[in-house]
Amino acid sequence: MLSLSAATVAFGLFWLAWILLVLLTNGAEALGPALFTQMTPPPGSDGGLANAIVGSLLMVTFGTLIGTPIGIFAGTYLAEYGKSNLLAHVTRFFNDVLLSAPSIVIGLFIYAVYVAQVRHFSGWAGAFALAIIVVPVVVRTTDDMLQLVPNSLREAAVALGCPQWKMITSICYRAVRAGIGTGVLLAIARISGETAPLLFTALNNQFFSSNMNKPMANLPVVIFQFAMSPYEEWQRLAWGGAALITLSVLGLNILARVLLARKT
Amino acid sequence: MTNVPMSANTKIAVRSLNFYYGEFQALKNISLDILDRKVTAFIGPSGCGKSTLLRAFNRMYDLYPKQRAEGEIQMDGENLLTAKKDLSLLRSKIGMVFQKPTPFPMSIYDNIAFGVRLFDKLSRGDMEERVEWALRKAALWDEAKDKLDQSGVSLSGGQQQRLCIARAVAVKPEVLLLDEPTSALDPISTAKIEELVAELKSDYTIVIVTHNMQQAARVSDVTAFMYLGELMEVGDTDTIFTNPKEKQTEDYITGRYG
Repeated sequence: MLSLSAATVAFGLFWLAWILLVLLTNGAEALGPALFTQMTPPPGSDGGLANAIVGSLLMVTFGTLIGTPIGIFAGTYLAEYGKSNLLAHVTRFFNDVLLSAPSIVIGLFIYAVYVAQVRHFSGWAGAFALAIIVVPVVVRTTDDMLQLVPNSLREAAVALGCPQWKMITSICYRAVRAGIGTGVLLAIARISGETAPLLFTALNNQFFSSNMNKPMANLPVVIFQFAMSPYEEWQRLAWGGAALITLSVLGLNILARVLLARKT
Repeated sequence: MTNVPMSANTKIAVRSLNFYYGEFQALKNISLDILDRKVTAFIGPSGCGKSTLLRAFNRMYDLYPKQRAEGEIQMDGENLLTAKKDLSLLRSKIGMVFQKPTPFPMSIYDNIAFGVRLFDKLSRGDMEERVEWALRKAALWDEAKDKLDQSGVSLSGGQQQRLCIARAVAVKPEVLLLDEPTSALDPISTAKIEELVAELKSDYTIVIVTHNMQQAARVSDVTAFMYLGELMEVGDTDTIFTNPKEKQTEDYITGRYG
């Protein structure tokens, strides 16, 4: 049993290490200052990914800012108010469905209800699509974490004359803030690499733009387009972008681990 | 036992109290007086309803949708079970300490200040005084004074329980409910808590649930023996332990069951 499980661990780590190795060797050439300062170039000339990096940062930030409060409030309802009533059961079920929904479906949904209505692609549409991916992740972690808070802690707060809302915000959130923070970080890691929801919403932009109401460049879609292109400069940049995203996601995951380990 | 007349120094009067967990009736027609500034102990075998009765006093069951109480629990002439006024305010007058220590995930200082801040706006200096006063009351000041900003969770089990007592005392309640407060503690911590109870009873009405009959005999003035959801006998602790009226009480305190 030990050798079998140890072998599978080694097997998993082997692929992870190989992926990182391939990304770094191929991306190393593009990973330089120019990547962060220059715009995506036309075919045949040199450039960087500055507009895509800024676009990704903007949409991920807004997606997180929109999705996190909704997720935390909904998770709080499930764990603190709904508990095991019918609405809570139904919500948990649909939340799990949403959690595993293919992200391209979410992209198409935002395309249909927002992009097609206002008749243009935009950074906001991208942020909304990402927010929809954030919500179920945060709902789930908030719900799970709050359920770990012992009832005795709730009773102790209530016995002091603490109203329920205050007990939740001052005692329960405090007890599980590292866990909820980890959930949010994992959600950010997840949306940082999502391509499909942005294809139909933010589209892409060859130029620098921080206008959320206009089509917006972003790393995943740029990687997708550049990697498919026949131009060598573009392919190099795609490798550089892929390495950048992977390293950021890896960093976020490590940060999440550290946070959780320090505070539980 | 119904319609017991209320004596002059009654703090809490329980009248015809029935309590249900869903379909299961856990308390059957309980009537009982809790005397002001005395220690009342509830004893009885596991599942007899003593904790349930204690938890009815501050309506802890309100947290759980399937639990309900019928009857009356009067404190200062008001029926707590149907009290119109703010339940939080009511609970602030009835402090509670639980079986397992429940320090909040914050500093020792904030653990105590938390409850005080709910109802009082104290200046910084006044709050520091109140925290010291509460820690002294709970005999924890000497051990905690140099680490007030450390997490309450970092204390030992016995210290955590005294922190919980300090936290309950800090809001200046009139009644203290202790639900098996020493069952998770070592003998030395237990002795400290018992000393504390003896000191606190000059200021507070104390109700203690305990599995430990020696403890009931040591700390309480009045003892109530419960069995299968019914109040079998209540009286002076000395009388109950030396000359009980009911056969079941005698069997229990002499260790024949329980």
